[in-house]
Amino acid sequence: MTNLLSRLFGRARKGSGATAKDRLRFVLQHDRINLPPERMEEMKREILAVIVKYLVVDKDRVEIDLEQRDRTHSKLVAEIPVAINTPSSAHNEGAKPALAGEEAQAKAANNGADAEENEADAKPAEKQKPQAAKDEKAEEREKDKPPEESKSKAD
Amino acid sequence: MGGKVVTISSGKGGVGKTTATANLGISLASLGKKVVVIDADIGLRNLDVIMGLENRIVYDLVDIVEGRSKLRQAMIKHKKFDRLFLIPAAQTRDKMAVSPDDMVKLTDELREDFDYVLIDSPAGIERGFRNALEPADEVLIVTNPEVSSVRDADRIIGLIEAADKGPGRLIINRLKTDLVKKGEMLSSEDVYDILGLTIIGIIPEDELVLSASNSGIPVTLNTQSKAGLAFNNVARRVAGEDVPFMKLDDSPGIFQRLVGLLNGR
Repeated sequence: MTNLLSRLFGRARKGSGATAKDRLRFVLQHDRINLPPERMEEMKREILAVIVKYLVVDKDRVEIDLEQRDRTHSKLVAEIPVAINTPSSAHNEGAKPALAGEEAQAKAANNGADAEENEADAKPAEKQKPQAAKDEKAEEREKDKPPEESKSKAD
Repeated sequence: MGGKVVTISSGKGGVGKTTATANLGISLASLGKKVVVIDADIGLRNLDVIMGLENRIVYDLVDIVEGRSKLRQAMIKHKKFDRLFLIPAAQTRDKMAVSPDDMVKLTDELREDFDYVLIDSPAGIERGFRNALEPADEVLIVTNPEVSSVRDADRIIGLIEAADKGPGRLIINRLKTDLVKKGEMLSSEDVYDILGLTIIGIIPEDELVLSASNSGIPVTLNTQSKAGLAFNNVARRVAGEDVPFMKLDDSPGIFQRLVGLLNGR
């Protein structure tokens, strides 16, 4: 409809005044938080790099933006779509990313008490062999684990 | 406490601070107020020429601060209004010659005798601006409807608020109504949207402002001038009057409105 009108009236494109307003909004957003656009992009990349260590993220749909109501109220709003582990996909070889996602979540949920166990789990089997005592412990724990999780570790 | 100290500031240079200060001084004086205007732009004195008082200067702001002159000696009475005075800036010194405390002391003395003390702030955000800001009861921020000036105004507004002198009110100077109509200039509404500050005045572009500065007779004394009338309205608002805004016909043209509507703006 707008296109039709612009053709009808010749010059219907938005004037430079509107461009000035958009550009000012952008530049002031960064001025006000004292973070230039390039640094902001760098920060977004870093945030995302941390998150993908733990979760499977749909990178194309990630949105991290600064919302500014006025000079004194700014907030960083992030929308980061995460792959979800569904029961049907859990036993499926093709659902590896989803499993990895679940694993990351589980690890993130762990706290100090489980830290030692976690560390042992993370070590490859070969390296654990010379340490007989530790190996035994690890084997014991291996038995207690639900089959699903041990499968994911083997992967 | 007596009189009120109003600082006219902008961040960016050349947007019309000095013109605004001179005209507000004249207008307030013509409303019967007792007014002193201070040129705080040390080293780049200009308020004197805009007001047509350049050849009467004997002492200046730095002379007062450094004790070479009594306050009364340095104040220059306006030719037309005997209730309007100017304290000129020093031309051969720099801004470091005066401190924010000096300005507070000076204005506290002036408050006792005057209804309004107007301070013409220098451009920038350094010492000169601090000098002008420190004693202010209210700050008027002059901006042109143009990106660099609005950006600098935003910076200044942030500093004014950080110094607890906020929020300040906005004078939009040199608005070209024909360009706004064509969508080729920020409108006063746009500037308000961006800066979020109350607008105390919208001054239309007016060639008579240049003639006024050429002759040293501020434009508000010219009854033919729309800019002059707009400055006069600002003065009345400063004095607490509720003055409706002049019809400037700067609203978007019918065609821009139509397009804006269809674009969901």
